[in-house]
Amino acid sequence: MAIYQKGVIFADFDTADKDCWTLDSYVKRGGYQALKKILNDNIAQDQVIAEVKQSGLRGRGGAGFPTGLKWSFMPRALDGQKYIVCNSDEGEPGTFKDKDIMEFNPHSLIEGMIIAGYAIGASVGYNYIHGEIYEVYERFEEALNEARRAGYLGNNILGTNFSFELHAHHGYGAYICGEETALLDSLEGKKGQPRFKPPFPASFGLYGQPTTINNTESLAAIPFIIRDGGQIFQDKGIPNNGGTKLFSISGHVNRPGNYEIPLGTPFSELLKMAGGMRDGRKMKAVIPGGSSAPVLPGDIMMQCTMDYDSIAKAGSMLGSGAVIVMGEDVCMVKALERLAFFYHEESCGQCTPCREGTGWLYEIIHRIEHGHGKHEDLDLLDSIGNQMAGRTICALADAAVFPVRSFTKHFRNEFEYHIQHKKCMVNHNWL
Amino acid sequence: MIELELDGKSVSAEPGSTILEVAIKEGKYIPHFCYHKKLSIAANCRMCLVEVEKSNKPLPACATPISEGMKVHTCSKTALEAQHGVMEFLLINHPLDCPICDQGGECQLQDLAVGYGRSASRFTEEKRAVTNKDLGSLVATEMTRCIHCSRCVRFTDEIAGMQELGMSYRNNHVEVMPFIGKTVDSEISGNIIDLCPVGALTSKPFRNSARPWELSRRKSIAAHDGLGTHIIAQTDKYHKVVRVLPLENEAINECWISDRDRFSYEGLYSQERVTEPMIKQDGKWINVDWETALAYVAKSLNMAKAENGADQIGVLASSSSTTEELYLLQKLMRGIEVYNLDYRLTQTDFNLDTKQSGANFLGAGLAEFTANKSILVIGSVLREEQPLLAYKIRQAVKKGTELNVINVLNEDLLCPVTNQVLADPREIASILAQIVKATQTNNSEIDLSDIEVSEVAKSIAESLKKHNGHIVLGEMAKSLPNYSELVVLTQELAKNIQGKFGILAGRANEVGAALVGFLPYVDAFNQKTPQMGMNAKQMLEKPRKAYVLFNTELEHDSYDSKLALNALKEADSVIVMSAYKNSEMEQYADVILPITPYTETAGSFVNMEGKWQKFNGVTRPLGNARPGWKVLRVLANQLNLVQFGYTTIEDVRLEMSALSNPEGLLNNSLNSGLKLKLAKPKLDGLVRLGIQGIYSLDSIVRRSPSLQQTSFAQLPTLSLNPVLANKLGVKDKSTVNIEQDGKSGRFTVSIYNTIPETVVLLAANQSTCGFAGRFASITISA
Repeated sequence: MAIYQKGVIFADFDTADKDCWTLDSYVKRGGYQALKKILNDNIAQDQVIAEVKQSGLRGRGGAGFPTGLKWSFMPRALDGQKYIVCNSDEGEPGTFKDKDIMEFNPHSLIEGMIIAGYAIGASVGYNYIHGEIYEVYERFEEALNEARRAGYLGNNILGTNFSFELHAHHGYGAYICGEETALLDSLEGKKGQPRFKPPFPASFGLYGQPTTINNTESLAAIPFIIRDGGQIFQDKGIPNNGGTKLFSISGHVNRPGNYEIPLGTPFSELLKMAGGMRDGRKMKAVIPGGSSAPVLPGDIMMQCTMDYDSIAKAGSMLGSGAVIVMGEDVCMVKALERLAFFYHEESCGQCTPCREGTGWLYEIIHRIEHGHGKHEDLDLLDSIGNQMAGRTICALADAAVFPVRSFTKHFRNEFEYHIQHKKCMVNHNWL
Repeated sequence: MIELELDGKSVSAEPGSTILEVAIKEGKYIPHFCYHKKLSIAANCRMCLVEVEKSNKPLPACATPISEGMKVHTCSKTALEAQHGVMEFLLINHPLDCPICDQGGECQLQDLAVGYGRSASRFTEEKRAVTNKDLGSLVATEMTRCIHCSRCVRFTDEIAGMQELGMSYRNNHVEVMPFIGKTVDSEISGNIIDLCPVGALTSKPFRNSARPWELSRRKSIAAHDGLGTHIIAQTDKYHKVVRVLPLENEAINECWISDRDRFSYEGLYSQERVTEPMIKQDGKWINVDWETALAYVAKSLNMAKAENGADQIGVLASSSSTTEELYLLQKLMRGIEVYNLDYRLTQTDFNLDTKQSGANFLGAGLAEFTANKSILVIGSVLREEQPLLAYKIRQAVKKGTELNVINVLNEDLLCPVTNQVLADPREIASILAQIVKATQTNNSEIDLSDIEVSEVAKSIAESLKKHNGHIVLGEMAKSLPNYSELVVLTQELAKNIQGKFGILAGRANEVGAALVGFLPYVDAFNQKTPQMGMNAKQMLEKPRKAYVLFNTELEHDSYDSKLALNALKEADSVIVMSAYKNSEMEQYADVILPITPYTETAGSFVNMEGKWQKFNGVTRPLGNARPGWKVLRVLANQLNLVQFGYTTIEDVRLEMSALSNPEGLLNNSLNSGLKLKLAKPKLDGLVRLGIQGIYSLDSIVRRSPSLQQTSFAQLPTLSLNPVLANKLGVKDKSTVNIEQDGKSGRFTVSIYNTIPETVVLLAANQSTCGFAGRFASITISA
């Protein structure tokens, strides 16, 4: 993949330069100035948090929770070890932005995590990296070594009495470990399974200690916010949707890849940046925020702007910013079958509705796709979905149900056709 | 208190309780599977979803804390719809093989499916199948039935103390399994059978033998360790005990039982059960009727007394016998002027016999003991001697109790140990002396001038002092040749720390046996005995002409098996009252009266804290066996003793009413001390460590095939420290010659570094029958 449109994290950036990830290159682009500013000017923790609040930065992992507010939940006054954890377990189908951040600009994340550690009073940080991008993990370790050698990590950073150590950890590719408490369990060496909440990580996190968990993109945006100011970041976007955001476009477009654009940019513009529809296809549908976000028909999508509020109003979620564009020749039954398989495969198996329900959903959709559907199956899918959503410890069951509901709602005719004629309504073509 | 509304009813409850806890207290049933009051909250089965007003989704009652003004609906449309949904999911991959499932009839899933399931399934796909797992000889698996509630997984981790089960894989391929190539080896593993809400984990010995509704359920008390565990014994239509389950008793065993208490029942039906009275004539055993047998015994006793004097009769009984039996046996024997009575078969140091002020016990109630913030355990293989008490101590440690240990074996207690000293058994007294010295003792009788106090001794002393700790002596300590020194030092230490001390009763009725005066130096209920008798060691060291053995296979139960066998074989007459026979017994005995084990007689045990617990027989006697107390009563009549006119067991208990309130009779303190001079001993030669393993404890346990196949029972008989093995030039798994006091044998060596370098662990089990003292010197040669 490549970065096509540059914003905050990828400003003044040339991904073609094979040394763009190095410390030298990062410092030349103004890296580690934010950290120096904080430490040299002795800026208070509260002030750092206030700056992040000012920026309007919302969690880039999918939930969109305000980052500054999350940091302020940390009980800093409490004695004992606290942790900052970066969630780089990017596993949502369609999403590939965090991977590029760590591959091309790892120091922005390292600096962001040091600042976060400073702000919340954590002396140790962990970056949990998805297991299927092992070479990116290796790249990140190299960057960490550079930062350690340069004195940005370790004891008495830049000669001050602030110390911070950062460790990288690679998972084994489980989607569920992107759920923050499953990530913590996995980091502790256990099977990655979401914990029942409360208690929340801010009070009982990694090894039972207060922990703040942020997405890679959120943390990588921190150096800019501190260096240039929260307001400047905020002004790049629109009210309540501050800053720029990375969108990973894939599917039937001419130039799939990552685009860092201001929030509030119309989808039509983003589509234009991506070179428009491949081979002059008509657009049928778009999943705007990663596979767990409800699918939207193309014409609705064309009315949207790319920000949290507009997409929510249209009935879906901005999520992690993974935009999957589907042309007219995609069989929606086949597409849903693939998604349902994914959620079945990735359910941790802990809660009954998700363990049993994801498999059942997949079996039914699989049957429909292979010409063994029954007319009552669509109602059954709906009923099973109702018995799953909101009934489990984490949101994976909901994530598995949203696509099923939205696909069968917006494209019901295709499902009915499939059941009746035992074949696709369209001449299916993934490519 | 927090006020909330539960199904329209206002209730108030403790802050911090969950909805489910409040509902249970209010007598309101919310269906659930993964929740268990003794385990951590998993909230993963989702069966207990309820509607809470102002929440946009149903919440799990087991994990949702109550809050002020909360309005909960446990069976509203929303709640029921959620519960029905979960039940449907649980059933789609469940095999529904209830007709061939052992859990049928006592299955939580079956019960709840009636209320929350559909009459027909909407699931038309293929069902999941899961391969079974080998969890060892006690727990059978049928993993396709598993509903993944994770109770068993949490049990091994949180209650048994070591995670032996886990959830592997993901989605509906999740499987509960042990570690690869491992089984579940915990000494309390059987509880996962009770915890399993479906038929995934069932009892292996009980498997496919009966339906739960065909069984009679009778309360009883477990007859092995001294905890006094409450059990339910289930008998089938042939009056045979086919299963033992825990009977909940929060103060003692909570809702658990040890595997020993659960599976020992298999031993009740051993081929070696005696079911007819037997007399040896011209070296041949013949079955006789009770009249003949009892007349024979009475005649033997009269003859022995007339020919050699009552002093030449020795009476030895196991403390697994009931209180009534032991009471009647001592009353009968004292009635014919026999005073050589003892139950302390594994003890070898009796120097304190005349200095006891009462019956020895734990030194406090169980609750008080486990609430103490500092405990010192001396000389105990705790998990094997006291499987459930070890659990209770682990829980205490979780709540902040500091556990200090002086031990020979480096036993993994599965919990953090604050201070631990490992030593040769000969050094234990000197280590205890260090701790005493660290408490600034002031006792002219105890000379500690040669003792050097180590750091760890100071640390233990500090811990005990700070919390007025509790010191207990285990089975191993009681068998040591200098036990009296240990007791004197323990008492001194307890005095200095203003704490308590006591013994851990290793057998079901140790405290009861002492209370009813089955001792050579004291009569029943602390009364003065008319005449001092011989203790267990003296009776064997100065062989008697006649012996009466009650409920013991002395060659297995005695401290010195060699001495016991010699004495019994030399005797003119050996009268055995036992539920079992064995080949040794058939040689030395002249008559065997078949008495019943605890399941076939009414009786009682006094547990380690001094609680008198009565029970009835759970089934009728096997064959012509008879309850011991009845045999003794008739025998007393035959001997023309008066005051034996009992018609029911209640008549016997009337004479024992002091046990209802035994506080005044229980006393660990010594009324006078011993003059001691302690120094670090020089360790010359090797000493035996004759530990009696968890499943060699008594005649019943030794005969339970399933228990004998467990990894505990399979532990090697002979083990050495690697350093010692190296010195001797002995390799792991090689065969060596072991010699003790003229008795020798060849054993395969196992090498462990959990044993001190100066000891030879030669366990006291079937294969070492005939060897000498359990903690006496021993030699080893390649």
